[in-house]
Amino acid sequence: MAGKTLYDKLWDAHLVKERDDGSALIYIDRHIIHEVTTPQAFEGLRLAGRKPWRVDSILATPDHNVPTTAVERASGVEGIEDPVSRIQVQTLDDNCDEFGIVEFKINDDRQGIVHVIGPESGACLPGMTIVCGDSHTATNGALGALAHGIGTSEVEHVMATQCLVAKKMKNLLIKVDGELAPGVTPKDVVLAIIAKIGTAGGTGYAMEFGGQVFRDMSMEGRMTVCNMAIEAGARAGMVAVDDTTIDYVKGRTYAPNEAQWEEAVANWKELVSDADAEFDKVVEIDGASIMPQVSWGTSPEMVLPVDASVPDPAQEADPVKKSGIERALQYMGLTAGQKITDISVDRVFIGSCTNSRIEDIRAAAEVAKGRQVASSVIQAMVVPGSGQVKAQAEAEGLDKILVEAGFEWREPGCSMCLAMNADKLGNGEHCASTSNRNFEGRQGYGGRTHLVSPAMAAAAAVAGHFIDVRDLTAQA
Amino acid sequence: MKSFTQVTGIAAPMDRANVDTDMIIPKNFLKSIKRTGFGKNLFDELRYLDEGLPDQDCTGRPLNEEFPLNFPRYQGAKVLLARENFGCGSSREHAPWALDDYGFRAIIAPSFADIFFNNSFKNGLLPIILPAEVVEQLFQEMYATEGYELSIDLAEQVVKTPSGESFSFEIDEFRKHCLLNGLDDIGLTLQDADAIRAYEEKRKQQTPWLFGAIKPA
Repeated sequence: MAGKTLYDKLWDAHLVKERDDGSALIYIDRHIIHEVTTPQAFEGLRLAGRKPWRVDSILATPDHNVPTTAVERASGVEGIEDPVSRIQVQTLDDNCDEFGIVEFKINDDRQGIVHVIGPESGACLPGMTIVCGDSHTATNGALGALAHGIGTSEVEHVMATQCLVAKKMKNLLIKVDGELAPGVTPKDVVLAIIAKIGTAGGTGYAMEFGGQVFRDMSMEGRMTVCNMAIEAGARAGMVAVDDTTIDYVKGRTYAPNEAQWEEAVANWKELVSDADAEFDKVVEIDGASIMPQVSWGTSPEMVLPVDASVPDPAQEADPVKKSGIERALQYMGLTAGQKITDISVDRVFIGSCTNSRIEDIRAAAEVAKGRQVASSVIQAMVVPGSGQVKAQAEAEGLDKILVEAGFEWREPGCSMCLAMNADKLGNGEHCASTSNRNFEGRQGYGGRTHLVSPAMAAAAAVAGHFIDVRDLTAQA
Repeated sequence: MKSFTQVTGIAAPMDRANVDTDMIIPKNFLKSIKRTGFGKNLFDELRYLDEGLPDQDCTGRPLNEEFPLNFPRYQGAKVLLARENFGCGSSREHAPWALDDYGFRAIIAPSFADIFFNNSFKNGLLPIILPAEVVEQLFQEMYATEGYELSIDLAEQVVKTPSGESFSFEIDEFRKHCLLNGLDDIGLTLQDADAIRAYEEKRKQQTPWLFGAIKPA
């Protein structure tokens, strides 16, 4: 009999009941919640007279609607200027208070983006099943966990039953071996994967990232990669547990205590795909071939190496794809064949659940150090992913480097990734963004998003247009 | 949940691949704490020529006359014809809420994104997967015939065209059962409460660290 994949092991360990119709009940260990996808779930609980099954399995924080300027943030929920955003954050507070759920509130120094604070606090651990009403929950899969996004009905279901009705996914292995070239980051790796397999390439699969590139990668980097599994269509992304994982977890607030630690570690070391495990699909990529990436269109698969030129629809035979390219070029205000490095940048956003961890801030600061944001750039902002990341960056003096270079240093939240707060693009503006989605209007009505790594975003801020970060740093 | 048995209605087109949930319901409208009222902002950035605001009265807004859902011939549509990977992107259930609130009861496409597909069933909205060539045929017939209606019979698992041609589709038994009877998932799961408790007790012995409580500081 073939061995088990990491996903098989996680699934089997959480199987409560298999039903005759092929569906199953899966036990959920950790439930992270935020203000946007939960109000209707709490309302459902109230209407049915239900209570959370295990209230201590839930951790809440507001992130999508919170303002990121120190001024607007100063007076907490009451200070949120947009009344609709304020009601949504207030509703989360009220619901958590009513049901006794622990919440890192707006100005708690542990507040942050859900997918940043989960691993950071130790609330999310290897071997867990983790859900959140947010598609980027796969970020937590970097810990060797089964983590994925759910809808609001499922948020209510998990709160009421501690289970999810699920059907087992297929196994997909993305194997990236070799060594990354200098200046190539985890963001470039995941963008290159999406470019190769497409935004539906992982649909129906749980996606494991294996190979030397991921073994060599930090936990922050693995989180960046798993975060964007959904942009390749996969609900869940994951990386096997190794010493990097265990070292990361040790000592965190909600990590196992000393009495349980050795037993937990022994258990976690089993969280790898067996050597003889069979995957339904395997995609291999040569790590050394990956260049810094820049998205040019309105879907994350519309991404190219920085030295490339945007495509010409005339070269595309498939009519649906052809019209997709034409529509994207028109929306993005680009011409067929235009060089990526000739695209000017109006704003720069460094942040989001994809790239707002300490390593990302360090990468941006390294490029920004001793340089200046180009005068043609209207705004360049850096939004740390959590209060803890912010404090760490300030302790390292990174905020000063960034501010001296002309970047704004903000309070933690989702910010311009999806522009539910005040941070947004103007109509027609191009943004070098470290976020995860370049959909039409995502960062503001008529806004034009280009997905890049933190180093590439900082380089674009300095140059005023896209540039291979290695060319910029070589000039120094 | 409302049930779904049979639906006959006008089919309308969303003729592009990879329609994402930001397109279906832009983030400005996710600030609502209700489940209803999203229909007027369905496809907001494509449907109107101006930028939409939450809680806005949309009746006086300038319409994009080139967007098919604004064509007189597609008014009152109940079935949406779409292309590959419909509903990709975020997990927002506001997307099926908006489609449902607008009046759609079913979406037919060659493929759907996983989370959207799942969310639709929870709201009595039926996502139907048909082969790309069949979807293409339906698009062509719809474009050629004003008032083109499709009939969907969930119990029989078929889509029928006005000419009487029918196409069968696959659906998971559990989902079909829930949709036909309008069953609430939570009530069904709670029938297994003993199994959930037994699982919990066993796992607390085996892997107690997974039951670490989130406590206030």
